[in-house]
Amino acid sequence: MAGNNPNAKPMNLTLKVWRQRNRNSEGKIVEYQVKDISPEMSFLEMLDVLNEDLLLKGDEPVAFDHDCREGICGSCDLFINGRAHGPEKGTTTCQLHMRKFSDGDTITIEPWRANAFPVNRDLSVDRSAFDRIIQAGGYISVNTGGVPDGNEIPIPKNIADKAFEAATCISCGACVAACKNASAMLFVSAKISQLALLPQGQVERKTRVENMVAQMDKEGFGACTNIGQCAAECPVGISLENIALMNREFISAKATSENLA
Amino acid sequence: MSWITKTFTSSIGRKVIVAITGLFLCTFLVVHLVGNLQLFKDDGGAAFNIYSHFMGTNPVIRTLEWVLVLGFGFHIYESYTLAVRNRAARKVGYVDSRPSENSPWYSRSMALLGTLILIFLIVHMYNFFYRARFGDLDPDINNNDDLYTLVVTSFKQWWYVLLYVGAQIALCYHLIHGFRSGFQTLGLNHRKYTPIIRVIGYIFAIVVCAGFASMPLYFYFFK
Repeated sequence: MAGNNPNAKPMNLTLKVWRQRNRNSEGKIVEYQVKDISPEMSFLEMLDVLNEDLLLKGDEPVAFDHDCREGICGSCDLFINGRAHGPEKGTTTCQLHMRKFSDGDTITIEPWRANAFPVNRDLSVDRSAFDRIIQAGGYISVNTGGVPDGNEIPIPKNIADKAFEAATCISCGACVAACKNASAMLFVSAKISQLALLPQGQVERKTRVENMVAQMDKEGFGACTNIGQCAAECPVGISLENIALMNREFISAKATSENLA
Repeated sequence: MSWITKTFTSSIGRKVIVAITGLFLCTFLVVHLVGNLQLFKDDGGAAFNIYSHFMGTNPVIRTLEWVLVLGFGFHIYESYTLAVRNRAARKVGYVDSRPSENSPWYSRSMALLGTLILIFLIVHMYNFFYRARFGDLDPDINNNDDLYTLVVTSFKQWWYVLLYVGAQIALCYHLIHGFRSGFQTLGLNHRKYTPIIRVIGYIFAIVVCAGFASMPLYFYFFK
């Protein structure tokens, strides 16, 4: 874990970490010192070191979400020094390396903040609101049976690329965390765009946007004010074009769907 | 709830109303600015007073005046509702938050800028609109109400000039964000047109606000 670079000088850091026992308890910032941190460690490895220290001292380790540690699962939802996933652009927390910090730095680490993302414990939040939005319409109907041939349905390259770009959303929630309004519109719009652009998504096209937006509102996320904090902090670069597309989908669905409810 | 109320009380529905009314109010700014340019005509205010008489009495204008009131009303009400809802969406905030690293301040301050503009609007309406419509202005040489003299004497007071120029700065930033934001909310985002809309938004905001600000400055310094 120490890395291979002999010139990498170990760092000593002060961490200010949000500690909260459970959903209903009061939380607070607690200060810790970590020593001999290699600049080549990822941010999560640095937290592992902190937790080892805490365990040795008989303290409770800091709870934080992580899974793949290779930037694709979207679990590592940490708000670091006032930014979602920390100061580096276009990364998840696990892909943020300690070389971005300097010896003697103080680093503040907080959980995502939004009413729709209640804190489970310490830095871990409950993002099941996203799952419920997906359940409301983020799916397509397909015929069961034989596997269709590849490229059987012709899709223009640029459309396929756009849908793919939207599909790269890893549902990490950085958009909500970074947004002044705690709005989930970048996330929801990525899912809606992905399916609205492709022929497979046409069956539920209108009900999808109506139901997903309704669920998003119900979960208590704020409304977008087109600031662009979400896209600026998105680790995979989902663009604001998707939100415009979602608005278009929503307006046309509301105007033309046969849903009177 | 019927589908209509559901649509217009949803987050996107409210945003759409803010966008449509906002862009409509932009067209009002153009009309207001162009009409007021007559203040610069060196005729003792005759042309400006003819214009303001027309604006205050023409039945088409008087009808559209109500459309304008509705435009303002919906824009303010829906923005307020959204701002309250957005603020409530994060009850526990961050200890350390650095939004300036990911976004411009004015984009995050639309509610504040809007409130400043609203305060200005109330003062402005009371000063000029109320007195022109319900006050007792003296007649000018053409026997029109002499709103021109009221404007000129108002703009001779420094605090008035300060209020007006300050309000235009707030309006300018509100428009820089609001203009492009309106198109985005209506779903009008396209790689061909969005960069053009951005540029037009900047030019629109600066030209309109500089135009309005030039009036008090002109009368204060050069008349």
